[in-house]
Amino acid sequence: MLQLEGLGKNFGGLPALDKVSFTLPQGRVTALIGPNGAGKSTLINCLTGILTPDQGSINFQGQNIVAWPAHAIAKLGIQRTFQNLRLFPRLSVLDNVLTGLICASRQSIFMAMLRLPSLRHEERNLKLRALEALDLFGLTDKAQWPAAILAYGDKKRVELARAIVSKPALLLLDEPVAGLNAQETRAVSEELQNLRRMGHTILVVEHDMDLVMTVADQVVVLDSGSLIAAGTPEQVQHNPLVLEAYLGRMEATA
Amino acid sequence: MTRQQKLFYFLSLHRTGLLVLCVSIGLLLFPLVENNPYTLGLTNLVAINALVVLGLNLFIGYAGQISLGHAAFFGLGAYGSAIATTTFHCSPWLAMILVAVCVALLALLIGIPLLRLSGHYLAMATLGLNYVVHNILLQWDEVTGGPSGFAGIPALTLGNFSLDTPIRRHYLLWCFVIITMLFCLNLVRSSAGRSLAALAGDELAAASLGVNIQVSKVKIFVLSAILASLAGSLFAHTFGYISPDTFNIFASVQFSIMVVIGGMGSIWGSLFGAGFLTLLPQWMDVFDTYKDFIHGGILVLVLMFLPQGLISGLTDKLRIYLALRRRNAAT
Amino acid sequence: MYADLLQYIFSGLTTGSIYALIALGFCVVSNTMGIVNFVQVDFVTLGGMFLFSALFVLNLPVVPALVLAIILVSLVAMIIERFGLRPATTQNHMILVFLTVGLSTIVRGAIKMIWGTNRMAVPPLTPDVPVQILGASVLPQALWIFALTLVAIAGLTWFFYGTSLGLSMRAVAANPVAAAVVGIPTGRIRLTSYAIAGALGGLAGILVTPITTLSYDVGVLLGLKGFAAAILGGFGSFPGAIIGGLGLGLLETLSAGYISSAYKDVVAFIVLLVVLCTRPKGLLGK
Repeated sequence: MLQLEGLGKNFGGLPALDKVSFTLPQGRVTALIGPNGAGKSTLINCLTGILTPDQGSINFQGQNIVAWPAHAIAKLGIQRTFQNLRLFPRLSVLDNVLTGLICASRQSIFMAMLRLPSLRHEERNLKLRALEALDLFGLTDKAQWPAAILAYGDKKRVELARAIVSKPALLLLDEPVAGLNAQETRAVSEELQNLRRMGHTILVVEHDMDLVMTVADQVVVLDSGSLIAAGTPEQVQHNPLVLEAYLGRMEATA
Repeated sequence: MTRQQKLFYFLSLHRTGLLVLCVSIGLLLFPLVENNPYTLGLTNLVAINALVVLGLNLFIGYAGQISLGHAAFFGLGAYGSAIATTTFHCSPWLAMILVAVCVALLALLIGIPLLRLSGHYLAMATLGLNYVVHNILLQWDEVTGGPSGFAGIPALTLGNFSLDTPIRRHYLLWCFVIITMLFCLNLVRSSAGRSLAALAGDELAAASLGVNIQVSKVKIFVLSAILASLAGSLFAHTFGYISPDTFNIFASVQFSIMVVIGGMGSIWGSLFGAGFLTLLPQWMDVFDTYKDFIHGGILVLVLMFLPQGLISGLTDKLRIYLALRRRNAAT
Repeated sequence: MYADLLQYIFSGLTTGSIYALIALGFCVVSNTMGIVNFVQVDFVTLGGMFLFSALFVLNLPVVPALVLAIILVSLVAMIIERFGLRPATTQNHMILVFLTVGLSTIVRGAIKMIWGTNRMAVPPLTPDVPVQILGASVLPQALWIFALTLVAIAGLTWFFYGTSLGLSMRAVAANPVAAAVVGIPTGRIRLTSYAIAGALGGLAGILVTPITTLSYDVGVLLGLKGFAAAILGGFGSFPGAIIGGLGLGLLETLSAGYISSAYKDVVAFIVLLVVLCTRPKGLLGK
């Protein structure tokens, strides 16, 4: 599905990513973990076209998508959520989720202004799909609320709904449970398992180890820009390099 | 559902269309109530300004960029139509379309490089463009008539029916406005419109959702230039006389103030802003001495307290207040 | 022929110095506050207005009038920053630009009310007896413009490299977040930036209005050309502002002399558009 080869990215001489290579198998959930500053967000930004890697290749469904602009990558079927939430507060919840279907729509401004019948038909379909996605996350009765007034946990779910509504080939989730309490985390964990059952391919960046162990089929560990381990959750859990990356840091600060 | 509930649901579902219908009926009947030519001339000016502001507002509100030079497109439309119909005896409707196409090409040419830059640069570049156009209008007096202006512009005609009285112009101009508003309202409630709203809200998120930022910005810039040009042509044919000072940088700033009052990205707000600022001098006798204070004061006060603009800022707050009340009542 | 060219060059350098001063004013505010300050154009007008009042209302001799005018423009600039700009809490650049446009309009309205709409004559610093230099006829005012521009540039250099406040401002320009973390007082920095921008604009107005005559909107065109000069030289770069200013002045005068003088004012904006469309960084920009 997606294959990274030798991905590298420097910021002014400092390597944020250093020869990172791994594969995302189709229909599986891969977790990307690592201490703070390991380069996880940089990796996601390279995958989604927000940053351009300095070396390496990213092969998605047979094409090398390195240096592709963000909107082209979205149109290929790669959707993401953001660590710090990037909803559109002035739009309603439903409209926010509808923006997730922009990549699936081929309307032009001209067609939209004339509101041709084909467009009205498409609008109805898009609305139905958006409502379905909202239903999946239990947000149907909040569909008309302005997104600004939602609780934090609900906002995260709206972003998740927005990311999956177009049935993307690849879903990239950047810390989906950051800032959520235990109950909300359990809910998201169930929703992610649901998505996995539905056949989505997912890459999750997370710090919450319980979530990772429950949901992930494969775990990839990043430390200071390099890949230090890859394997099943159990394998990685007992990998001495991984333990050192996390615990070694704690010793240094003790 | 009870019949009353069904009625409310119907009204709420079609509220935009119904509002447009009400406003259209109001405009249809207006000259029967008020046929003073001076008043109609004023409301005709409101209609023309509204056309410019609708386009400018789409640009400012959705591309999230500033233009301080739309009076240039307005002026090019006016002078283009004037020269084409008077000096070259071209048919007014054909001239209007040709001039709009030329203005669109100019906007495309300038927009592609400029819209890659950040806001300040675009603001100053549009100001510069406006100044260049204004200066050429002033200096090239063989073609434009120079500072004394350009007179004798023929009125628009529909076959043998000449649109040369304030009442006839009222219907023509407001027809244009209502149609443009319908187009804009349709745009706003479509996927293409949501792309633009996303663009205005958060460029990075919009790009990640598939919006081609650069192309969208240029498209909206060109669209707003076309509207300004059409408005300029209508202005020339309505008033029969144009002079360069109507199209200077201060006129551009005025259009921007209309956008700010109405609210960035608000279609109805554009109409309100155009009306308010055009009619304001009528309500204040000493307006001329304090004009700068009032314009500047409106801009500063609105931006400081309601950065999204006056009307849309207030409606946003209202919507949030109502939604919060409903949410708190439900829990 | 040769004498003509020299005349144009002197004339171009003269206007160029004015543009350089205004461009430096834009530079200072842009570097420390990250915005394009539209009010800069009114600082130019105010310079001329305050000089006029100092000379004819307070009846001061030339040198104290000049100093007082500069000080007053700086004060007004600080007031505008403190009460007009600081209360806006938004970080949105678009809104801030609009805000400065609004403030500029208000200031212009105030100038119109206080000094009226008539054109006024401001006397030059020394009587207008042309001096012959290398075959070109030069007004003493032009020599004053060169001299005082050099003094201003020297003063700025001393301030930014020789004083701790100047150092703080350079720090803020280089990295505003780090500067805030280190505890550099942003309020004082903003006031100082505006004061300097005001002084530079005011000085430009004082020097040029004897040549252009004075009116409530004299600063608008000059200010916008100063901005074009800043873009030409590289927006945000001090040497760029100077080179851009002189360059634009020369371009303007030479094209007016050899091509057409009717469209002289358009040259600056064509330069602006060409630079922004092809090489937005300008000559020396970052």
